[in-house]
Amino acid sequence: MNVAEARLRDLLVRGLAGDATAYHEFLKDLSAHLRAFLKRRLASLPDDVEDLVQETLLAVHNQRHTYAADQPLTAWVHAIARYKLVDLFRRRAGREALNDGLDDELEVFAASDTEANEARRDVAKLLEQLPDRHRLPIQYVKLDGLSVVEAAQKCGMSESAVKVGVHRGLKALALLIKGATT
Amino acid sequence: MKTDDLVSMLAAGAAPVAPRAVERRYATAFGWGAFGSILLMALFLGVRPDLSEAARLPMFWAKLAFPALMIVAALYTVLRLSRPGVPAPHAPALIAAPIAAMWLLAVLALASAEAGGRGALIFGETWAECPFNISLVALPSFLAAMWAMKGLAPTRVALAGGAAGLLAGSMGALAYALHCPEMAAPFLGIWYLLGMLIPAAVGALIGPLVLRW
Repeated sequence: MNVAEARLRDLLVRGLAGDATAYHEFLKDLSAHLRAFLKRRLASLPDDVEDLVQETLLAVHNQRHTYAADQPLTAWVHAIARYKLVDLFRRRAGREALNDGLDDELEVFAASDTEANEARRDVAKLLEQLPDRHRLPIQYVKLDGLSVVEAAQKCGMSESAVKVGVHRGLKALALLIKGATT
Repeated sequence: MKTDDLVSMLAAGAAPVAPRAVERRYATAFGWGAFGSILLMALFLGVRPDLSEAARLPMFWAKLAFPALMIVAALYTVLRLSRPGVPAPHAPALIAAPIAAMWLLAVLALASAEAGGRGALIFGETWAECPFNISLVALPSFLAAMWAMKGLAPTRVALAGGAAGLLAGSMGALAYALHCPEMAAPFLGIWYLLGMLIPAAVGALIGPLVLRW
């Protein structure tokens, strides 16, 4: 556990300083840890595990500026994962409470599992719902791998607008994921 | 999108993050909030005309120290509650200490006053407007503190909202102290405290609505 903590913390600290390779490795390792953690705690909702892994990864990325290097990484990640887990349980509880109504028998067949999964899960589809000022910077910088300068030329935006677009777009995406799971 | 693809997407071109982002965000928020609260007090209520004479009295400084120490306690609390996994173990003691000190002063003042003069120490001349005015003056600081908290990652959203509200209320009380003529410890211990707690209560109520992420 302490080995993982030290290794992941080192990767994250380097990532926060701008080392994209270290950051990529951090997120990749983290996703495996998160999956194991959430699988154990989501025994009753196995279909939600991967969803929540992705939601938590996005939260870690969006809130990475709140990590202080003198803080145990385990506590930081655990608090984020726990927050997202509690949030999911709250949303699920609300839905189950709604579906408990006896007059809602038809609801049982109204949605098929695969359909809900696809609609809920595909972050790429949710990405398409973002407005252009968010979607294009994310597409060019984060998916096509262009530099901020190139992306700015391609969308006809200023470089700072591209950076802001990526930043706000990923936050908007987190809210969309939340909404899509409700 | 597969999780591995999401990871690649998030890592691609990730810009460096400036260190101490949380502290800098609160410095910005607190600076603008303090400016706004003092400006609001100066424009709509006015600085008390006898400020330079009042500044010679020790009680004037105790009156400023009370909300100033509450600001310190609230800053400690918001800085910690903004970060996932960072506890705020000293928050209750830090918040309680200035209140206890002011109440001690209040008890001493009441004990040494004549029976007929105690009402004046408690109610002064402005008790009815004081908590409301403090809350009003706190408004710019409230918006600034909520903005700062909103861009961070509080996991206990009601507490975080309450702490942000307390920070704003304390700033409001500090600004209002430059206008208000009251100097009695019992007055400050009741009505100033209430003025600080109203924004804190509002923050705790709306925290779960606006601070979720």
